[in-house]
Amino acid sequence: MADFETPELKEIPVIPKIKEGTMAHSKPYVAKAEFQEPLGYPGELVENWEEKAIEKLGELKGKYRSLQVYLDACVKCGACTDKCHYFLGTSDPKNMPVARQDLLRKVYRRYYTFAGKYFPKLVGAIDLTKDVLDEWYSYFHQCSQCRRCSVYCPYGIDTAEISMAAREIMDSIGVGQKYCNEILGKVFKIGNNLGLPQPALADTLEGLEEEVEDDTGVPIKFPLDVKGADILLVTPSADFFAEPHVDGLIGYAKVFHEAGASWTMSSYASEAGNFGMFIGSYENMRRAARRIRKAAQDLGVKRIVFGECGHAWRVAYSFLNTLAGPFDFLDPNYPVPQHICEYTYDLIQQGKLKFDPSENDHMTVTFHDSCNVARATRMGDKPGGQLEIPRAIIKTVCNNYHDMAPDTIGEATFCCGGGGGLLTDDLMEIRVKGALPRMQAYKEVIDEFGVTNIAAICAICKSQFSKVLPYYGFGMTDIVSLHQLVSEAIILSDAPADDDEDDE
Amino acid sequence: MSALSVIYALVFYLATAILIIGLVRKIMQYANTPAPLKIPTTPAPVTTSGVVMRMASEVVLFASLFKSNKWIWIFGWMFHFALLLILLRHLRYFTDPVWFWVTLIQPFGKYAAFAMVAGLGGLWARRVLVERVRYVTAPSDHLMLALLIGIALSGISMKFVTHTDIVAVKQFFLGLMYFDWQPLPTDPALLVHLALVALLMIVFPISKLLHAPGIFFSPTRNQVDNPREKRHLAPWAAKLDAESGN
Ligand code: SF4
Ligand code: SF4
Repeated sequence: MADFETPELKEIPVIPKIKEGTMAHSKPYVAKAEFQEPLGYPGELVENWEEKAIEKLGELKGKYRSLQVYLDACVKCGACTDKCHYFLGTSDPKNMPVARQDLLRKVYRRYYTFAGKYFPKLVGAIDLTKDVLDEWYSYFHQCSQCRRCSVYCPYGIDTAEISMAAREIMDSIGVGQKYCNEILGKVFKIGNNLGLPQPALADTLEGLEEEVEDDTGVPIKFPLDVKGADILLVTPSADFFAEPHVDGLIGYAKVFHEAGASWTMSSYASEAGNFGMFIGSYENMRRAARRIRKAAQDLGVKRIVFGECGHAWRVAYSFLNTLAGPFDFLDPNYPVPQHICEYTYDLIQQGKLKFDPSENDHMTVTFHDSCNVARATRMGDKPGGQLEIPRAIIKTVCNNYHDMAPDTIGEATFCCGGGGGLLTDDLMEIRVKGALPRMQAYKEVIDEFGVTNIAAICAICKSQFSKVLPYYGFGMTDIVSLHQLVSEAIILSDAPADDDEDDE
Repeated sequence: MSALSVIYALVFYLATAILIIGLVRKIMQYANTPAPLKIPTTPAPVTTSGVVMRMASEVVLFASLFKSNKWIWIFGWMFHFALLLILLRHLRYFTDPVWFWVTLIQPFGKYAAFAMVAGLGGLWARRVLVERVRYVTAPSDHLMLALLIGIALSGISMKFVTHTDIVAVKQFFLGLMYFDWQPLPTDPALLVHLALVALLMIVFPISKLLHAPGIFFSPTRNQVDNPREKRHLAPWAAKLDAESGN
């Protein structure tokens, strides 16, 4: 299968002994000029790159308080050292959050602090050399920016902020990551990560309509570019055909249908994901986000709803208003934007949706809190709604549900291993190893409660799980979309009467 | 006035100046650097008073550290709160008459030094014994612990072994404060204690001790979780909006 060993699932999770350098070879493909330039970055390593990198670091720490404070504040207490899934899965000490930060901090100290300028050895400050740059490239692409470490740090130091800054510095001197930058280029040119143009998208959606009508006997619509619709749905493009993503999309469509909502998707903004965040680029993130604003204005919608995607929801919930607001042209009675789970949950609360949860009786489900949803966003009015609302929906549509161990869910959730721009084949080893803690927790509920499926609300989690579950001996199709469960259980009020009896 | 007294007087003026100017500059830097995006670690408070509570639980109880690692929490908390008591107790060398509540904590403050040493000892032991922590430790991290333990032990020795003329010490510091210099007693423990304290004051603004002001400026802890309700915009980001005409 691959030239690395899948870590073994233990009886109980263990903190590994450190093994230096085990992942030093892990490096994603470097972006060629054609993927760098459209984002405003040099096509290859610039000549005076050391100088430029230091300059960029200075600029960024002047623009981001998080970066400046976090570079200064760490006391090396070690509290975060056993919190990163990539460390737990690889034993490589540079995957301990503080050690990852130190890769940048050592250079910061050397060039920007008194102690590092005059006593570099004492405080562990180092010059920026090619070796250091190589290490940056390697280990800052072994961070999924999941923020688990920030929960446990006494000062809230968020390694994601450091990784983002490091990637922005590398991009600015011409060393970008192919996967992220190529994808962003597609969004700018075509409108989505997959590079799916309008006609192909329209085709795909038409095909879906036929399929769903065959299946249910109900003409459920998947509208595209409908001017004057009330709701703009922005969903990750993987929802258009990847499995199990598309079953989630069918779920949203059924919910809209039952609610009698007027809704549409946009081909111009046919992507919820925003990889600008992964590369720490405010400008590129803003540019992608503003497509959504433009689509909403052009289509004249009243509300914006986001489909299931973790980091997309972070950019949407936490940043969209900042990047592309103000949204004063939308209906002020609804938050901008809303999550599809908030939308469905509200309808459930109002009693507008009917379900037959026994449709999901062949499954015993657990829920994987996606890192960005759990630790960087909210749903509903109350803190923690992002954890409660998805579970409330699942429990409404499924009879059999069990949570995984408390220190692996909620704010303590483990990343799937593929977030933060790592969902690419050239990083398969780190993805598989990084999934270890989640797989461990999943195994425990399988053994204890006979869990059969794991539900998620993130396109990256879904793709990652369908890839890595088999490495650990689980079924590729164990991973399901939350709205897939909704889709199975929802009772369509205009379904042909005999349809239900067919199955009995 | 001996030369030694003059040197110590000058050193303390210098150390105080470095501490205050250094900290003020750092705090200004933190305060003036914008936080362009809302990044509270959620679930996060949705109101300002909620944030005040969150910050208080971090600063007073070390809530995140408690979640994280009970050993570091116990040692760290013990050290910091012993240090706080000790600092407050030391106010009696700078106030005349001594404030009444400072007198009240005096009996506890005396023994807090032992808790401080125990806490620091625990942290140091982890630094050496736990390989993950050892891996991220730089020489300066050891030196910082040595410095703090040195301060505590020299202080303890004055209190419990060889008594110092604390009335004269107080005269010395009041003298510094009112620019009316007085001689400093010359027993070695005192001189060591004061020299180390001055050193600590000097390194404070250029070392990891910046975690003290830093925590108050940590966006993951001090931001209100209300990005949808209220548009958050940094000045430099507002310029981008202005340029693109909206
Ligand atoms: S928990 Fe925070 S302060 Fe402690 S070592 Fe990790 S990043 Fe540094
Ligand atoms: S953000 Fe997540 S992946 Fe990155 S260092 Fe922290 S725990 Fe590890």
